[in-house]
Amino acid sequence: MTASALPQILATGLLMGLIYALIAAGLSLIFGLMDVVNFAHGEFLMLAMYATFGFAVFAHLDPVLSLPLVAAVMFIVGASVYAGVVRHAMRSKVNTGMVQIFSTFGLATLIQGGAQFFFTPDFRNVDHTWLSAKTLDLGGIFLPWSQIFGGLISLVAFGGLYLMMTRTDFGRALEATREDKGAVALVGIDSNRVFALGWGLGAALVGVAGAVLATSYAIHPQVGAGFATIAYITVALGGFGSVFGALVAGIVVGLVEALTANILPPAMKSMGIYALYLVVIFLRPQGLFGKL
Amino acid sequence: MSIPSSPAAVPSSSSSSSSLLAGVTRHRRRQLIEAVVVFALIALLPLLVKNAYLRNVIVLTLMYAALAQSWNILGGYCGQISLGHALYFGVGAYAVSKLYVSYGVLPWFGMLAGGGLAVLLALALGYGTFRLKGHYFSIATLVIAEMGLLIVHNWDWLGGATGIQWPFGPDSWATLQFARDKTPYIFFALGLLVVTWLLTFFIEGSKWGYWWRAVKDHPEAAESLGVTVFRSKMAAAALSAFFTAIGGGFYAAFVSYVDPDSVMHFRFSLLMVLPVVLGGIGTLWGPILGAAILVPLSEFTRSYVGGSGGGLDLMLYGGLVMAVALLKPEGLIKLFARKTRIREAAR
Repeated sequence: MTASALPQILATGLLMGLIYALIAAGLSLIFGLMDVVNFAHGEFLMLAMYATFGFAVFAHLDPVLSLPLVAAVMFIVGASVYAGVVRHAMRSKVNTGMVQIFSTFGLATLIQGGAQFFFTPDFRNVDHTWLSAKTLDLGGIFLPWSQIFGGLISLVAFGGLYLMMTRTDFGRALEATREDKGAVALVGIDSNRVFALGWGLGAALVGVAGAVLATSYAIHPQVGAGFATIAYITVALGGFGSVFGALVAGIVVGLVEALTANILPPAMKSMGIYALYLVVIFLRPQGLFGKL
Repeated sequence: MSIPSSPAAVPSSSSSSSSLLAGVTRHRRRQLIEAVVVFALIALLPLLVKNAYLRNVIVLTLMYAALAQSWNILGGYCGQISLGHALYFGVGAYAVSKLYVSYGVLPWFGMLAGGGLAVLLALALGYGTFRLKGHYFSIATLVIAEMGLLIVHNWDWLGGATGIQWPFGPDSWATLQFARDKTPYIFFALGLLVVTWLLTFFIEGSKWGYWWRAVKDHPEAAESLGVTVFRSKMAAAALSAFFTAIGGGFYAAFVSYVDPDSVMHFRFSLLMVLPVVLGGIGTLWGPILGAAILVPLSEFTRSYVGGSGGGLDLMLYGGLVMAVALLKPEGLIKLFARKTRIREAAR
């Protein structure tokens, strides 16, 4: 690695990091809201990528245009998963921890099997999008437009999330529910409804990420698993439940990955993130911005 | 010390302490008799089943039952849900293969070495991760196992992505190679299952069993009553890792071949956990019941649909586990337990 390559590496890492942050945002939001880890998060991402592919093939919609539609579809998926699965898992009286893990875990396996069964294990690509195979030359730093778009969308999403959490009634209800589920019932907030909307919102965020990734990654039933591992690491680094911790952690993960890929053989590019994760959980289990 | 909730060991009908103890021993004696009957029947299976494919399914079922039983020691009794046991399985498989193929060490010793290595690894990782609670711990195990897979993938000494192929040799108990008749594998896997079952049986009746269940149900309360939570977790993790590695070593000998994805893939972590969840987490017979349902089911779907099962086996697995977690969180073994409890109450 030479010093002249450094700006290129950092810029690529930053953009990828913003996308990682976007993938992790929904996971972090749901965790912070109700202390539940969605083990089907990667499968949500995979479904969003297939949805983007579907819109491109059947409606000839470019991913840039279908992005809001994908987010809307995923909102419905997320809210239904809450209503159909998670709500019941949270009511369990025996083996509560196990039930919470394995209800979404079973769902993840079910979705993955379903994707293999209905969509086949073949790799799909969304071809000829407005963004694919075009790069921007920034004084010697070459950046693919699909990644620039992803980074910008991520910043917009985090900005919107910030405004929503601080300026709207729903955001305040969300914050209040995460602090005390019992007390909000007294002031007339239906925590069940807040949870359902939270799951919808979390899934919509990963839906946006899926639409972005579909412009530059092959789509197949296992595509979610790798990104999900990175999302768990991002959320653990940022601190579970800290949505903006996830933004910082996502960028850190992107940068570390880009640097590792240039030091170690490319196949080992995840090694740097794994090592960073281990160091953080050994020394500071609550993550960078989290509370235990 | 108050007795933590233990559905298996405390019969509901007893009132005074002396009859409670008598009830416990009677209950445990009956469990031992049940075990002798069940394992004797399994040992007779090769007499009835001559078909090579079916014998293969029996070997795998027994192996996953033993692995699930090992996972259950840490996950079920101590409440630490590991989603990364493929790491220990892989350590065992690679230790046995590398020692045998490169250095001529017999698999029996290789298994002990792999088991020892897995224990050291479990203690080192446990030292760092056992401060994490609940899902934090589960995620850490998942990431660490992925890390192990990545390392082995890129480690030329262990054959990298191509792995280690065992040389073809004559059938022998010394090298655990039986190319023609796979029956001995049934007995080895059954032996491993019996050992892990007995271990679980003794844990259930010992003070360790009570400590671990206390750690699972209420770590703070357990700590305040003098249970050393951290040491309990470490002991459970070491035992669990040891037998998982033995299982991995057996699998390597059984298929005569290891590569990173065929022994350390996340799939193996799943295959150890799901039978436990299905059958009944933290129970003596749950893992065996779960494996007896899941393994044949997945093997038959796969051979029926062909190839990777076209995703059908995954859908079955996922659907079953989700349904059991939501509808019957105590596991399917509970369907039997209720009957015996009614019988006991009627007595």
